[in-house]
Amino acid sequence: MKPPPFDYHAPRSLGEALDTLAEVGEHGKVLAGGQSLIPMLNMRLAAPGHLVDINRLPGLADLDVEPGGVRVGALARHAQVERSERVAAVQPLLRRALRLVAHPVIRNRGTVVGSLAHADPAAELPAVLALLGGSVRLARPGAVRDVPAAAFFTGPLESAIEPGELAVSAFFPALPPRSGTAFREVARRHGDYALAGIAALVGLDDDLRVTGAAVACVSLGPVPVIVDVTEAAGHRPAAAADWAAAAQAVWERVEPEADIHATAAYRRHLAGVLAEQALRDAAREAADA
Amino acid sequence: MHEITLTVNGVVQQVAVPGRRLLSDCLRHDLGLTGTHVGCEHGVCGCCTVLLDGEPVRSCLVFAVGADGHEITTVEGLAAPDGTLSPVQRAFAECHGLQCGFCTPGFLCTVTALLRQNPAPTEEEVLEGVSGNLCRCTGYQNIVKSVHRAAEIMAEDR
Amino acid sequence: MTTKLFGEPVRRREDPRLLTGRGLYLDDLGAGALAAAFVRSPHAHARIRDIDVSAAIDVDGLLAIYTWEDLPGALAQPLPLLIPHPALTHGRTAHPLAREIVRHVGEPVVMVVARDRYLAEDACDLIRVDYEILKPVVGVEEATQSAQLVHADVPGNVGAHLVQEVPSASGRAVREIIESAPHTLAFRLDIERSASMPLEGRGVHARWDADDRSLRVHSSTQTSTSVRMAIAAKLGLPLPKVEVIAPDVGGGFGVKIVHPWPEEILVPWAAMTLGREVKWTEDRREHFTSSAHERAQVQFVRVGFDGDGRVLGLDVNILHDHGAYTPYGIIVPIITSTQLLGPYKIGAYRVEFSSIYTNTVQVTPYRGAGRPQAVFCMERTMDHIARHLGLDRTAVRAANFIQPDEFPYDQGLIFQDGRPLIYDSGDYPESLRMLKEMIGWDSFPEEKARAAAEGRTIGIGVGCYVEGTGVGPYEGGHVQVTSDGRVHVSTGLTSQGQGHETVFAQIAATELGVPLERISVVTGDTRRFGYAVGTFASRAAVMSGNAIALACRKVRDKALRVAADALEADPRDLEIVDGEVRVVGAPGASIPLATVAVLSNPLRYAFDEEAARATQFAGAGSSFDRPPVAPGEEPGLEGRDYYSPIRSTFASGMHAAIVETDPLTAEIRILRYAVVHDCGNLINPMIVEGQIHGGVAQGVGGALYERMVYDGHGQLLNASFMDFLMPYATEVPAVETAHLQTPSPLNPLGIKGAGEAGVIPVSAVIASAIEDAEGLVIDRMPISPSELFDLRRAAG
Repeated sequence: MKPPPFDYHAPRSLGEALDTLAEVGEHGKVLAGGQSLIPMLNMRLAAPGHLVDINRLPGLADLDVEPGGVRVGALARHAQVERSERVAAVQPLLRRALRLVAHPVIRNRGTVVGSLAHADPAAELPAVLALLGGSVRLARPGAVRDVPAAAFFTGPLESAIEPGELAVSAFFPALPPRSGTAFREVARRHGDYALAGIAALVGLDDDLRVTGAAVACVSLGPVPVIVDVTEAAGHRPAAAADWAAAAQAVWERVEPEADIHATAAYRRHLAGVLAEQALRDAAREAADA
Repeated sequence: MHEITLTVNGVVQQVAVPGRRLLSDCLRHDLGLTGTHVGCEHGVCGCCTVLLDGEPVRSCLVFAVGADGHEITTVEGLAAPDGTLSPVQRAFAECHGLQCGFCTPGFLCTVTALLRQNPAPTEEEVLEGVSGNLCRCTGYQNIVKSVHRAAEIMAEDR
Repeated sequence: MTTKLFGEPVRRREDPRLLTGRGLYLDDLGAGALAAAFVRSPHAHARIRDIDVSAAIDVDGLLAIYTWEDLPGALAQPLPLLIPHPALTHGRTAHPLAREIVRHVGEPVVMVVARDRYLAEDACDLIRVDYEILKPVVGVEEATQSAQLVHADVPGNVGAHLVQEVPSASGRAVREIIESAPHTLAFRLDIERSASMPLEGRGVHARWDADDRSLRVHSSTQTSTSVRMAIAAKLGLPLPKVEVIAPDVGGGFGVKIVHPWPEEILVPWAAMTLGREVKWTEDRREHFTSSAHERAQVQFVRVGFDGDGRVLGLDVNILHDHGAYTPYGIIVPIITSTQLLGPYKIGAYRVEFSSIYTNTVQVTPYRGAGRPQAVFCMERTMDHIARHLGLDRTAVRAANFIQPDEFPYDQGLIFQDGRPLIYDSGDYPESLRMLKEMIGWDSFPEEKARAAAEGRTIGIGVGCYVEGTGVGPYEGGHVQVTSDGRVHVSTGLTSQGQGHETVFAQIAATELGVPLERISVVTGDTRRFGYAVGTFASRAAVMSGNAIALACRKVRDKALRVAADALEADPRDLEIVDGEVRVVGAPGASIPLATVAVLSNPLRYAFDEEAARATQFAGAGSSFDRPPVAPGEEPGLEGRDYYSPIRSTFASGMHAAIVETDPLTAEIRILRYAVVHDCGNLINPMIVEGQIHGGVAQGVGGALYERMVYDGHGQLLNASFMDFLMPYATEVPAVETAHLQTPSPLNPLGIKGAGEAGVIPVSAVIASAIEDAEGLVIDRMPISPSELFDLRRAAG
């Protein structure tokens, strides 16, 4: 299990990186943390002609924390984001989700933006970005565009990144006041990809009644599935909302598939169970906020 | 081929590697530091864990060329220069925290970093801390015990 | 300082090197050796039409490409069938490289040798094999019904069929007894495949000395002596020209007892052919599809019993999935069928197994070797009986126990060593009493009720086993005391983490009265000891431990004879304490063992001051009435002896677990795990505990996480650590242990094997506990949350 040969590029500036990527086009692959890419190379499941290592680009490891949200640079490692108190203060769901990403040693190397770019529907971070309505910033020579999460994840392991483009950062919006989040998942082993997972977001009004409730589903469809359950939960106080009905709505909406670890029916069941638990957790947090 | 410079266990090493050379292979076969073991080459088993600038990483999921200019500590670099075993190494010997020894270097590197960050971890923190390393021999019980014991030794040594 | 170290938790002598990166595993050897890699079949069943290597020959650094057609002489023949058996009427083994037909995904087809492994894999990628795809046979029941054949000349895909029947004391047949029993039950059980999966894969490094025409091979093996013989035979070399060494081995668990692996003869052959060092280090994907698996069986059980739960008759029919080949014979199903009876006196027993070929990776022993399946069958049967009669599960077991005064107890079967299955010693009622106390069996109903009141679901399970350990035919030990007072111990069997260097040194220290620091132990090196069987079947401590003890006793006797001369004392008045031979009760009269070693080897030439004392004009204690080396004596203070047991010794144990199942998510968590273990006298309790911990962890893997998943095309769907779920620290419970010691009367040290014990009953125990928690019948393992969810739904 050794990687196939490739041309290795180690650009020293963003401009150089973008030029190289533009040049190699669809034969190029970006190397950031490498925690998903290198296993695929070692198994020779991928054989890009060119590898563009962005680890030496300056500035891309930055965490830009504003009241409105967190912009995570392409080289910010999972562990770095997980440990950041400033990030946790503005967007606590990120830390919660990051603690469920693989194992600590993988998180030392893996990057948040890399996880998004990998677009694995079984991964936690795409669900977080989707639930929060965040976006990914893509750059090519002379052009930058922000792609909202809803348009970013286009299929299993497929994203809106075009050949020659580089994901330079991702933006996770802050929570509005009186809102809470939660993340629940069931995995076979601690640190494995979830059999099913739910990220939940609940917002309340000043009377602590539910004004918005939604979940993002992990491993329950080809992309992170967003289900707005505001209506099902009802415009009621957080504790009295119909979270069971909300969970039922999630249960109905998801499109899980079977694999060697779980049947589709079990995954659907978990979607309902975890959705109810996560929504209650989020609602409680919102009420306490 | 890429000319790279790695500082491994405090020694500056220069080596020429192809872009695809895994750091694990570079350490083992180019530098002869065979204490770092390779168990799966897809980042799951943790046998190849080394410290890259002090942080544990899977050396099978890093290209050697990507480590150019960085500092690496392998199992060969954990003991004191005079050969005295580190508290973590001593604890593993004391608590029978190894059997075949193949996964051991990865655990030692992981635990060394864990205790540096958190000198008195709880049971749960220890489990979380070693949860990315597979061991097929010990059933982990004595590994977990070794981590607590290492924390104790480090506290005594201070 | 004491040298009475037998029974002490001595720290391991292996550890300093393993903790500092100075261990030497296979891939740590042979820096600069050429690397081998293999093109392996991507199909489960296919005919090779053509192999086109033209695109590969331009790969930089390529040295050689070999297919079956290149193999000379015996190398081109099928690999040996290691353990023939009359019931294995259709034993089949693979060729080192596939000849015409491939029978499982992963079967080696082409060997490539290149400057390094990267380049060798590049060349492999460029070799085009044209296959005619044949219909694969997958699934053991499907195989028995399929018109498709794995081997064209093996009808019905049945490799072996064996029936053993032990009629009742009054001579009645089992089926007749079951028909007439007060109660009868019939059910089916399923166990899926797992695998040894050591963290170090296999590997071979060969160095050919063209001048000396000799071969030195290192292999990550559990049997270096037998690999050596196989290499000599396959490559046509005189045995003394081949040496095989097992270096540090990163776990074996059974898979490395199989030999010669294709690579173990191909790599040395390539080294000879190319005149260069060649090394092959198995990667993880190769290990999944090209080594061996174990466990998979379907069992059909019929049992007749009385109102107290006593089993009057038991009839078991086993379908054993053997994969594509049977290099290790039918040892696994033989063990299942004979160890199934466990600690019980069964009125009458009939067992039948069919060993079935499928287009999957071959099945050979994995730690426990057929016993986990056997114990699953018997213990599920006990639980079925208890449920049927409304009795406590431990009461049913107790009603069937062989009693302590009934040993030796003959089960009336022929065991895996070809000898009668006679239990040597044990105390099963006491073992169960200890276990129940440890886990709190009798008070569990209240605990369960309390949990239920909190909305939690918990259950308790139990499982008992007897394990034949220390099978023959023999092992040997050699002990040499050199003139510096150091003791060099060697034995032929190998080590994979069991701490042999430590426990064998403990035995030698105790037997010889020499401090541990002066003793060194070498295992698995044919240069040091050429006669051995191997490390498997929990036999190392029993076999080599006793052989070394006997060799030490020979050395001790000689040391006392030589010292008696020098001290002018009666050997019977001498003892060895702390490396000195001394007259009992006269501390002044002593002679160091080092000096005895000098004196035991009469010399002409002095190479140091110590040696000068043994030269012919030094005049030490010589008599002119006899030759310098007396008749019947040999020069040197050394001894060699062998231990060959009359039959296996039988360790036993009982496990209990408390599990919690999540009412919503169906997740299964082990809250407590308790083990009572009896392996006779303990040499090193710390190491025995470690063996149990590790075994239980593998058992937990087999019960809740690990399975090899094949699809209908014979593709292994989870050939990676991503999807083959070996437990991490977060999945394995802490294990509580207690020891009972009923020494074996069969060997001088009174010991029994401990290596496999931990793994054996775990699936049975966890199934029992989940059943108790859920009120459902668990009849297949492993079980995942998804499957538990399905069972709940099926039960409504």
